[in-house]
Amino acid sequence: MQDTQYIQFFDGGTEPTLANLGGKGASLVTMTSAGMPVPPGFVVTTAQFDAFMHEAGITDHIHALLAGLNPDDITEVDAVSATIRADIESRPVPAEARAQTVAAFEALQSRFETPVPVAVRSSATAEDLPDASFAGQQDTYLWLEGFSAVGEHIRKCWASLYTSRAIIYRLKNNIPNEGLSMAVVVQKMVNAKASGVAMTLDPTNGDRSKITIDASYGVGEMVVSGQVTPDNIVLDKVTLTLVNEHLGDKHAELVPDLAARRLVEREVDAERRSRRCLTDAQLTAVATLAKRAEKHYKTPQDIEWALDADLPDGENLLLLQARPETVHSNKPATAPQPVVSTTTAPGQAASSGFSWNSVKLFA
Amino acid sequence: MSMKSFPKPSELPVPAGAEGWEKLYPYYLVFQDKLKEQEDAKFWFCDSQHWPTVFKPFETIGGEFAVKCLGQYNARHLMIPNANGIEFRVHLGYLYMSPIPVPEDQIAARVPLFEERVGYYFQNWPRLLEQWHTKVKGTIDEMEQITFAKPPAVVPIEDIHSGKAMDGSEVLLDNYDRLIQLAYQNWQYHFEFLNLGYIAYLDFFNFCKQVFPNIPDQSIATMVQGVDMELFRPDDELKGLAALAVELGIQSAFENADDADATLGAIRASAGGEHWMTRWEEAHEPWFNFTVGNGFYGHDKYWNEYPEIPLNYIKDYIARLDAGQEILRPVEGLIAEKERIVEEYRELLDGDNLAAFDGKRGLAAQCYPYVENHNFYIEHWTMGVFWRKVRELSRLFHAEGFWTEPDDLLYLGRNEVRDAIFDLVTWWGVGAAEPIGPSYWPEEIERRRAIVDALKTARPAPALNTPPASITEPFTRMLWGITTEQVQQWLGEGEAVEGGGLRGMAASPGVVEGPARVVTDADQLSEVQQGEILVATVTAPSWGPIFGKIAATVTDIGGMMSHAAIVCREYGLPAVTGTGSASTTIRTGQMLRVDGTKGIVQILDAPTVEGPGAHSHSHDHDEPAHV
Repeated sequence: MQDTQYIQFFDGGTEPTLANLGGKGASLVTMTSAGMPVPPGFVVTTAQFDAFMHEAGITDHIHALLAGLNPDDITEVDAVSATIRADIESRPVPAEARAQTVAAFEALQSRFETPVPVAVRSSATAEDLPDASFAGQQDTYLWLEGFSAVGEHIRKCWASLYTSRAIIYRLKNNIPNEGLSMAVVVQKMVNAKASGVAMTLDPTNGDRSKITIDASYGVGEMVVSGQVTPDNIVLDKVTLTLVNEHLGDKHAELVPDLAARRLVEREVDAERRSRRCLTDAQLTAVATLAKRAEKHYKTPQDIEWALDADLPDGENLLLLQARPETVHSNKPATAPQPVVSTTTAPGQAASSGFSWNSVKLFA
Repeated sequence: MSMKSFPKPSELPVPAGAEGWEKLYPYYLVFQDKLKEQEDAKFWFCDSQHWPTVFKPFETIGGEFAVKCLGQYNARHLMIPNANGIEFRVHLGYLYMSPIPVPEDQIAARVPLFEERVGYYFQNWPRLLEQWHTKVKGTIDEMEQITFAKPPAVVPIEDIHSGKAMDGSEVLLDNYDRLIQLAYQNWQYHFEFLNLGYIAYLDFFNFCKQVFPNIPDQSIATMVQGVDMELFRPDDELKGLAALAVELGIQSAFENADDADATLGAIRASAGGEHWMTRWEEAHEPWFNFTVGNGFYGHDKYWNEYPEIPLNYIKDYIARLDAGQEILRPVEGLIAEKERIVEEYRELLDGDNLAAFDGKRGLAAQCYPYVENHNFYIEHWTMGVFWRKVRELSRLFHAEGFWTEPDDLLYLGRNEVRDAIFDLVTWWGVGAAEPIGPSYWPEEIERRRAIVDALKTARPAPALNTPPASITEPFTRMLWGITTEQVQQWLGEGEAVEGGGLRGMAASPGVVEGPARVVTDADQLSEVQQGEILVATVTAPSWGPIFGKIAATVTDIGGMMSHAAIVCREYGLPAVTGTGSASTTIRTGQMLRVDGTKGIVQILDAPTVEGPGAHSHSHDHDEPAHV
C-alpha cells in the first residue's frame, strides 16, 4: 500500500512534516523510519481533513458561528461547540479519501492473522508548540474494531478541534480559526503481555552507563501509576550485562477485555509473580531498543515499551513512547568522587584515608 | 555482625597415615606451636588455583619462589602504599596465604617512593620490557646448558699438567646450585612487571567503578586485554599444523596419535609429510615448552617431552576441520567488539574524565598483556626446562641406587638434595664401596610417599581462621578472586542460589546448559567430549585445545583474572570461577546451567543422595570433603 495525499503509513517512507501529519503522526513516522518498532499504523493526513471540510463547505459557516463569541459565556460556547461538532461528525468523507482510508485500514489488518483492534488518536499540527498544547486536541479512542467505528472516530478527532475548551483557548490566546487542520493517527492497539519503562541511565545517580528497566505483566499503566511493584533491572549500557535485578511482586495485570472495550484488572498467579516477567532475550531486546532511541535522539531517553501478544517472538517488542530524560540530563556527567570504600572497589583500605585516587602513576 | 570463622589450622583433621607430615617441609613453611596465637589471629586462604594438589617436598620451590618474589615487589621494590607482600605456609600439604597490610601510619610516607618507582617503569615500559625478555631468555638458555654428570673415574692428565687440582665434583655441586639460582632469578623477573600490570589495571578498574558505578568487571577486563597473545601461540601452532595436515591430505596418519613414534613415522612416509615435519620441528622452539599442568609440579607433562599430547590435540583439530568446523579463535570479531565497548564507554564521558579514562586505559592496555603473556615465559618455558633438569639429576641418583623410582628426588627437600649430592661425590671421591644414600633414601622416600598420598585424600579448607570484615588487598581480590562476598559464600552465609547451585565470579559472560565433565587432573582431559561443561579445580591456559570443544567452564578457584577467566573470554565461552567447591559438588554427567553473566551454576538434575558435595558448600562442620 502506497502513501498518498490522504494517507501516510508509519513505514511508508514519505518524509514526515508537521503540517501534513501533526505532531504525534510525524513523530511516529520518524521513529519508525529510525528503526524503532512502534505499533504499526497510518496517519490520516491534514490534506484529508482539508478535503473533507472543503467538500462539506461548512468552513465559512463555522467561522461565522465563532465570530464574536464571548469566551466567558460557557453556555453559549458549549452550544456552538456541540453544533459544529455534530455537523462535522455527520458529514460524509469525500469518496476518494474514504476509499483510501478503507484500503489503508485493510492493509493494516492484513498484517495480522485475525482482525486486531486499533486506537484512533488526534494529531494536531499545533500540538508541539510549547504553549499551545491543550486538552481536546489529545482525543484518543481505544479498542476500536472494524472500519465503520474507525471512520466514525476519525471524524470525532476532526471535530475535537471545536471542543469548548479548544474554542475558548483560541479565543483567549488570539489564535485565529483560519487554517486550522488536524491529522489523525490510526494505530494497532498493543495487546501487551508485559510492558514497562526503560531509562538510558541510572535514575538513582545519573550514571549514563546503565539502562534501568521496570517491567510487569499486562499493559503498562499499572507500572507508570505505581499500582504494582514491577521487576526492576539494571543493565550495563555498553555490554547489556546484568548489573542488578530486584523482582517485584507484580500481583496484578491490566489486560484488554474486548467485549467491554476496556482494560480489566486480573490477579497474577504465584508462579508468574515469582519469576521475572521478561526472558533474557526480551530483556536484551528492551535494552537495545532504549539504546537505539537514545542514539536517535542524542540524549538520555525515558521510553515506554510493551511486548505484544499478537506478534511473533523477536518482532513483538514495541515502543509506545520516547521522551527525553530531564532530571539528570541537564546536569554535567558524573564526576569521579573520592571513593568511600565499598565491596566493589578493590585496593581501597576500608578504614584508611588512603585512596588510589591520590596516587599519580606517572612520576 | 559476628563473622563465622573457618577452622583453625590445628582443628583440621590429619588424614590417617599422614601423621608427622610437618617434617616433610622446611621448618619455616609450617605453622609453629610457639607462634600459634599470632598465626591463628591471621586470615589465611588456600591458593589451590596454583597449587591444587599436595606438595612433594621438592615442589615447594615454586610456591616459595613465586609468593616470596610477589611480596618483595610490593614491600621492597615498588613500595605499594597500602599492601605489603603475602605470608605463606604449607598446611597438610596445601599452600595457604595471608596478605600483609601496611600499618596506617606508614602509608603516606610510601606514596612518593611508590610514585617515583612505578612512574619510572610506566614511562620506560617498552624498553624495560624488551630488556626483561632478554634477561628471561638468557636465564633459560643458561639453564638449558646445565648438565649433571658423575665426576670422571680418573682425573684427566691435562688437569694434572695444568694444576687444575679439582676432581669435577665441584661442577656437579655448582650446577645444582646454579639451577636453583636460575629458577629463583626468573621468578624475581616474573614479578618485575606483574605487580605493575596489576597496578595499572586496578587504577583503571577503580576509575571505571567511580565514573560508571557497578560497571561489570568483565567490561573493564575486555577494554584492556590483548586479543592476540603469546599465551595462545602454542595452541595456534597446533591449529596451523592441523590445517596443514588437512591441506596435505595426511589425516589418516593421525589415527593412532597415542603412539607418537608410529604417528610421526606415518607422517614422514606420507606424500608431503616432510614438509609437515619441518613445520612441526619449527613449532617446538619455544612453543612446545608448554605444559598441560601449570608449571608448579614435577609431574607436569610438557609437549616437547610427550609428543602424543600435541599430536592428539592436532588429531582433534583435524577431525573438527574435516567436520567443517571453524577452529580459529574469532580474533577479528573479538577486536571489533573490544573497540566497540571502549568507544561506547568513551562516548559517555567528556572533559577531564575522558582524558583520565584515556590515560588510564592506555596505561592498562600497555601493561596488561604482560599479565597474560609472562605465563608462557616463566610457568611454561622456564619451569619446563627446570623440571627437565631436576629429573635429569634425579635419574643420575636413580642409576646409583639412591631411590627406586626415576623421579623420586621430588621427595627430598631442595636442600636435602645438596646433602645427597655430597654423599654421592664423597663416595665417588674417596673410592668407597658405595654411597650411604641407597641404604637410607629408599625407605625414607617410601615413608614420605605414603604421607603425601595420605594428604592427597583430603581437599584443603578454602580458608583458615576468622576473615576480616572486608577484603581489600588488591592482588588478593584480583588474582585469587578472594572477595568479601566470596568468603561469605564459603562460610555458607552468601545469598543462596535459587533451586540449588553454586555461586562464583561472573568471569566470562553467557548462559549455556550441558553435561558436566569434572576434571581434577590434566591426564583426564582426553575424556572431555564436545559440548560438555568443564568443571575443574582450576584450569591451565595450556588446556587451550579443549576450549574449542567445551561449552563453558566452572572452577573452584580463581578471580576475573584467573587463567580460566582469561581463556574463556578469549574463546567466547561462559565461565564461573571461584565457586569454592564445584569440582567436589558436581559429578560428571550431571546437566548444568552455567550463567557466566551472573556467576551462577545450577545443577539441573541435582543428586538425591546426601553427603559431601550433595549440597552447596557450608563449612560449618569443618569436615573436608573426601575426593
